[in-house]
Parts: sequence; C-alpha cells; structure tokens
Amino acid sequence: MQLARIIERILIAIPVIIGIGIIIFLIMRLTPGDPIDIMMGQAGHVSEREVELLREQWHLDESLGVQLGYFLKDLVQGDMGTSFTKGRPVWDLIKQALPATVELAFFGAFFALLVAIPIGVISAVKQNSLIDKISMAGAFFGICMPIFWLGILLIIIFSINLGWLPTYGRISYDVNLQQVTGFYVLDSIITGNWPALVSAIKHLIMPSITLGFPMAAIVARVMRSSMLEVLRNDYVVMARAKGLREYTVIVKHAMRNAMIPTVTVIGLEVGMLLGGNMIVETVFSWPGLGRLVVSSIFVRDYPLVQGVVIIYAFTFVAANLIVDILYTYLNPKISM
Amino acid sequence: MSQIQPISPDKMSKRDYYLTRLRLTGKNFKEFMGKMSRNPSGMFGLIIFLFFVFLAIAGPYIVPKDPMAISLTDRLLPPFWMEGGSREHLLGTDQLGMDLFSRIIAGTRISLLIGVLTVSISIVIGTVLGLLAGYYRGILDTVLARFADLLLSFPWLIFAIFTMAVIGPGFYNLVFALTFKGWVGFFRLVRGDVMAEKTKEYVDAAKALGQSDLNIMAREIMPNILNSIIVLGTLRMGFMIIMEASLSFLGLGIQYPEPAWGSIVNIGRDHMLSAWWISTFAGVAILVLVLAINMLGESLRDILDPRLRRIE
Repeated sequence: MQLARIIERILIAIPVIIGIGIIIFLIMRLTPGDPIDIMMGQAGHVSEREVELLREQWHLDESLGVQLGYFLKDLVQGDMGTSFTKGRPVWDLIKQALPATVELAFFGAFFALLVAIPIGVISAVKQNSLIDKISMAGAFFGICMPIFWLGILLIIIFSINLGWLPTYGRISYDVNLQQVTGFYVLDSIITGNWPALVSAIKHLIMPSITLGFPMAAIVARVMRSSMLEVLRNDYVVMARAKGLREYTVIVKHAMRNAMIPTVTVIGLEVGMLLGGNMIVETVFSWPGLGRLVVSSIFVRDYPLVQGVVIIYAFTFVAANLIVDILYTYLNPKISM
Repeated sequence: MSQIQPISPDKMSKRDYYLTRLRLTGKNFKEFMGKMSRNPSGMFGLIIFLFFVFLAIAGPYIVPKDPMAISLTDRLLPPFWMEGGSREHLLGTDQLGMDLFSRIIAGTRISLLIGVLTVSISIVIGTVLGLLAGYYRGILDTVLARFADLLLSFPWLIFAIFTMAVIGPGFYNLVFALTFKGWVGFFRLVRGDVMAEKTKEYVDAAKALGQSDLNIMAREIMPNILNSIIVLGTLRMGFMIIMEASLSFLGLGIQYPEPAWGSIVNIGRDHMLSAWWISTFAGVAILVLVLAINMLGESLRDILDPRLRRIE
C-alpha cells in the first residue's frame, strides 16, 4: 500500500505546516513593543493615516486569537502581505527570487552528492587506505568549517589572486539572456545561448561548492559507514562467492542497501542547504531568497522576512516528505 | 551470605553513600583517563580546547594591544612577515587600525562563552523535560514531543536568523535564539533513554525499595544516561560556535566593533581585495576551535557511548 502511506505522510505534514505558521506568528507578535513602532522605527516620517492603515491591515486592534485566525487565513490564500520597503506583494518578490535560489540549491546538492557518494563508497571499499584517511580527514574538516569563511577563502584564491572565476552575481553584465524559466543554465540551453551558459556556469561554481561542502562531508561519512556495515553482510559474501565482478557486487548489491541511511541524512541535510543558502547568497551577492531575507532584516521589513521564512520552512517539510517517499521506494520492508 | 549491597541511601548513612559514590566516580575517572590517553585525536582535541579555554580566561591580560583601540594611522596593515607589516601587529590590522591578533584572542571568550552557555542551558532544559516526559509519559509527554517535532521541522539556521531578526542582535538574544531550539536534541535523547532504562530491573528494584520518583530519576536513571548527554553536549558545542559565528557574520549576532570571530570575518569581506588576512585568520580561529571540540567529542563518543555512533 504505497499510495496509502504517501497520503498518510502528506496528511501528517499539514499540521506541521500550520504549527510552523503559528510559531512564526507568535514570535513576531509576542516580542515586546508595538509592532507598528518596531516596523516604522527606521522608516522615517510616517503619517497617522499610514499607521491606521497598517493597524487595520495587520488587525492589530483585535485580540491575539483573532489576529492568528486572520494570519492563517491569509496564508492559506497565499496572501503574505506587502513589503514595506519595496511596496510590492511579498509573494511577487518571492516568486521573482525563487529560481535563483532553487538553481543554486540544486547545483549545491548536485556537487555534494557527485563528490560524496563515490568518496564514501571508495573509502569503505578501501578501508584504512591512504585514500580513505585523506577523504575522511577532508570530510571532518567539512563538518567543522564555517561556510561563510570557505566562500570568502575561495573568492580570495580563485577570483582575486588567480582571476579564474567571477566574485558575485549570476551572470556577467555583458551577456544578454532571454529569460524563460528564470533558471539561467536552463534558459541559456533552451535559447541556445552558449556564451550565457558558460557565464552562468562560471558564476555557479564557487557558490555551489561552498553550499554543498558541508553536505558532501556528512553524506560521505554516512555513506562510508553504511557501506562498511553492508559489506559485512552475508549476501555480499554470497555475491562474491558466486564469482560476480567486484563492480557488480559493490554497485548493484551493496550500494543500493547502503543508500537507505544516506537518503535519510540527505533529507535532514536539506535544512542545512536552506540555511546555508542565506549565508552563501550573502557572500556571493546571489540575487535569491536568502539575500532577500538578510537584506530585509536590516530594514525591518517584517512581512517580507516572515514570508520568506515560511517558504523556507515549507520547502524543508516538502523535502522531507519527498525523502520519506523515496525511502519507501528504496526499502520495500517499510511499506507494510 | 555475602551479597553485593546496592548503594541505597536508606541502608547507609548519607556520608557513606556519598563517599562510595565518590570512590566509584574516581575509579571511573581513572579508567576513562586511561582510555583517553590511548586516543591521540581525543587528547589532541582536549589540549587545543584547554588552550582556547586558557585564552578565553586570560585573554584580556595577555593581549598585546587593546582589541578595540582604534588607530587610524595603522589601517589595514599586513601581517608581520609581509612587506609593510611590523611586529607591533603580528597578524596585521583592520580598516580602523585595530590589532587583529588581539581581536582574535579576545574573540575566544565570546565564542566559548556562547558555546558553553547555550549547551548548558539546553542540557538543563532538555534533560529535565526529557526525564519527566520519558518517566511519566501521558499528556505531558505527548505535548512536549509534538512541540519538539515541530521545532525540528525548522531548519536551525533559518529559525535562528528569524528569531534574531525579530528580537534584535546582542549577546543574550543570541543565547536565547540558539537555546530555543537547542534543548530539543537533549530532550529527545534523554526521553528515549529514560523510556528504555525504565523497563530495566534496577528501576523495579528501586521502586520496590520504596524510593521516590525523584530519587529514581536523579540517582538511579541519571547516572546511566549521563554519558550520552556529555557526548552530545560536546558535539553540540562546536555546532553552536559555528552558529554564533554565522549569525555574527550576517550582522545579527555580536556587532562590530565587539571582537567576535564571525563579525571580524564579515568586516574582512569588505576588504577582501586589499586585506585578505582579516577574514582568513579569524576564520582559522573558528575552524581550529571547532575542529578541536569535535575531535574531543567524537573520541568521547567512542569511549563513553559507542552506541551514539549511529546517529550522525
């Protein structure tokens, strides 16, 4: 009953999403001080009329429970309010910044898995070899390293000293790209614009590595330890005894089972990816959600901050939902 | 009929009870140190960590310069081994002429204090709630466990960034934002352990002896789960230090010109082109401290609680 389980997981996710909305609402409202005062603190001169309007828009004259009701109702209808500083609906701003963030997150995760899974497998197969020791030391560094520092270090080395890669943005200003989806790599392939593709990829390299590095470190460690466990199993010995090629034994028999714990960890790491996103976008001036939220914090644009945080939290819940579903596919034992 | 006497405060005088406990602790400690000394990476981590603790305590007395003294004539000086650098400023200066070496030493105190405080508060809250929830179960357990799940469904950094954005920067706000979610890990660990321990015979025996619930939780169960808490606490400390640095880097934590490592890296970012050393050395400090703490933590895990290896 795969389908029933998937539906059950989706149903479980709904109260979680509502709960997240409530926590965000409470943190915003229970902070001491009049929200309007806090919001308007840096806005300079504000007329009585504008304050009235805001009070009405946020239902601040009602009780906390009624406010929460309005908040959730608007949220369900996709209405996240209007940004104070940009004067546009929050949802529009999010839609505009989303492709940049998704593109970066995708390439970050892509880099992480591309590097981590082979490293994990090779380290396990050649346990205690030099390769194993070097890669595990590297993975340990990856866990301890603050990524904002890694990003800056990469810029200092590869942009400033070697001049190989650009320091900021998604694409060079001298390249014209017709936007179709908002994903620059995809757009440049669709429109056959090769200079744009080269530029977009060049801009993606350092941010993706920075974002993916901690994830790669953790995935490599988990992959290695679950591979080690799997390789000790009877069916691996059996496969070898049957005279199967070592490649077949490892890739077809061992790896698939070792992927199960790894997939769980990947799901948890999506949270790191989203959080890291804010930092990496700030370091590389990447025009995505992370930079939008960090810059709106300093001008106290609360509706915008709140909207983006909710989107991040939803993405995290959705990612874990997908991982759960993937997990049932990888491990048929679960779906009983 | 010589049977092993269970250590119970009812049968012994209070003094004997604590003396026995102390002797046992001493024996365990000796055994632990024996294992630790055979674990080179753990010892290495411990020594580096203690060195940082020393810097944090003695920092203000040993820094060569006032870490917040502005000297506009000495702006952006390079480290001493480079052209234009001097032994006056070992690692150079920042854009206000503040001595980088002194600032990094002074920053140790903030990083370690945040790490120790957030982890200690998280341990206290998480352990107390975990003990109660795991021992009594019922409605309290359901409510707490749901709340914990809810907090876990937030990516940590996003939650911290959001909280800091609302409550504003500063040391105590930082501690609040990090512990608000930090206790959950300990809560889940302790709750799970207590539920497992509760089914064991020694708890039944203690109950049969008529010990109070509080006694059973604090004196019987706690000693058995303390190791896992210590291990998780150590590993969490490195994480908390990175979180503090990340928030300070974004300008949401400790604010410039206070000497916090994250904010030093942030200032260095504006001067990457001309003064690479500012960000680089402050980041090295974070990396080395977190590396040492995690080496210590992973060795503690291998020695005290190999079971935890599974949760990574």
